[in-house]
Amino acid sequence: MREELLTVIEKNSRIDLKELAVILGVSEQAVLDELANLEKEGIICGYHTLIDWDKTSVEKVNALIEVRVTPQRGQGFDKIAERIYNYPEVKSVYLISGGYDLLVTLEEKSLKEISGFVSDKLSTLESVLSTATHFILKKYKDHGTILDKKHEDERELITP
Amino acid sequence: MSIPISEKVKEIKPSGIRKFFDIVSEMKDAISLGVGEPDFDTPWHIRDEGIYAFEKGKTFYTSNAGLKPLREEISNHIKRKQNISYDSNDEILVTVGGSEAIDIGLRAMVNAGDEVIIPQPSYVSYAPCADLAGAKNVYINLKAENNFKLTAEELKSAITDKTKILILPYPNNPTGAVMGKPDLEEIAKIIIENDIFVISDEIYGELTYNGQHVSIASLDGMKERTLLINGFSKAYAMTGWRLGYACGPKELIKQMTKIHQYAIMCAPTISQYAAIEALKNGDNDVLEMKISYNQRRRFLLKAFEDMGLECFEPNGAFYVFPCIKEFGMTSEEFATKFLEDEHVAAVPGTAFGESGEGFLRISYAYSLDTLKVAMERLKRFVEKLRT
Repeated sequence: MREELLTVIEKNSRIDLKELAVILGVSEQAVLDELANLEKEGIICGYHTLIDWDKTSVEKVNALIEVRVTPQRGQGFDKIAERIYNYPEVKSVYLISGGYDLLVTLEEKSLKEISGFVSDKLSTLESVLSTATHFILKKYKDHGTILDKKHEDERELITP
Repeated sequence: MSIPISEKVKEIKPSGIRKFFDIVSEMKDAISLGVGEPDFDTPWHIRDEGIYAFEKGKTFYTSNAGLKPLREEISNHIKRKQNISYDSNDEILVTVGGSEAIDIGLRAMVNAGDEVIIPQPSYVSYAPCADLAGAKNVYINLKAENNFKLTAEELKSAITDKTKILILPYPNNPTGAVMGKPDLEEIAKIIIENDIFVISDEIYGELTYNGQHVSIASLDGMKERTLLINGFSKAYAMTGWRLGYACGPKELIKQMTKIHQYAIMCAPTISQYAAIEALKNGDNDVLEMKISYNQRRRFLLKAFEDMGLECFEPNGAFYVFPCIKEFGMTSEEFATKFLEDEHVAAVPGTAFGESGEGFLRISYAYSLDTLKVAMERLKRFVEKLRT
């Protein structure tokens, strides 16, 4: 049930408990227990909402920053990653294989704030060698959801 | 001038499903639960392979029997799933959907007056195709108390010395019934004893819940007397690609290929290339869709239970077949009133044969959200009828 439960709530975390139990073919208590376990084990890390902020009047600017760093002895990339992810404006930090080391995503209210963060905070960290900042111009698809397209039923009338 | 129309064709009744759909298309807030095709898009990697085939200019006919690599993949697939070996050279024919295979299979085998046994309720094409082939149709009325399985007794009593073919439609449209291995063994015995042939329509085979689909052709002594029909429409959500296949004894496939080559030439080329990808890398897509269907199936069965509507647990396809006999209306009356009052279209069981009387086919090839609204309306409707 675990994997199927995760797959369902990954797409719709607001589904109600009763319905979840029915479609998974188990009792409500079993679902509750499993959810509690998944939270405890840190497998379920949160129940977020996917919002297309572009459709609101709120200004938000997103950037991806490629960061090259010097790994530290005994701690590898973890220490510097921690330094970076502790900034609240940082939305995510990934360790990446290839031409650079860390991919940092940032959300701010303006370009200025982002450039301020990169020049004042990020670049000045001792083990940061270089940064390359890419601004996101438009989000087409996020978390597996196509943002601008309504899914229409295109099936035509046909018999049999 | 009178337009020449064959008597045989005149006698074919138009399908009973159509009427309801026509009304649905005129109602604004109507919900249809009538469609018999997946609501999923064809998985992208399969579509991508189709696009690639276009780009490479794969726009010519294929050989009549279908692309050799596709027939090889079909052969591998059946070997893997059912442990039946079909020679990709001469025991497999790629067709325009499973429906073409039904049609030409019957035409290739039936002489005028031969009896074809058709268990009902079942898919609406068998009877007219058998009619056109010149068969005398013998219907078996499947029973709800047997979970709409075909029993050995029912089969035995339908067999005469003119019986040539049994059509075996499992997993079943419209009931969702499946036949497990023990069920099939019972009837295989009688089929062999009476020396008849089977057309096994396994188009919903991949959509079997609580167990794996078993093909009757996998039983001892049955491969040589079975025409196995399957296709890509239901399992891979590829209805519009129009692609199916038939597997059977060499001599039969050879004769069917003659009809196919003169009437059709070959199945669509682009679809055949995409289908190779489906068979090679599509297992996971099928599984994901199946999990979704199963969730909806459980949802509907629980909804019926909550509203006290009798329904046996169907373990295949994407249909449920609840019983509406308690309301003292015919299936058609019930479906019509349900559509008028609540704007939900379900297909009356009688569209699939007389024995569908008292039942309703509800398709769950719809999102859970749609089904939820539809079940709220059904509940309201049923409660109103009971007061």
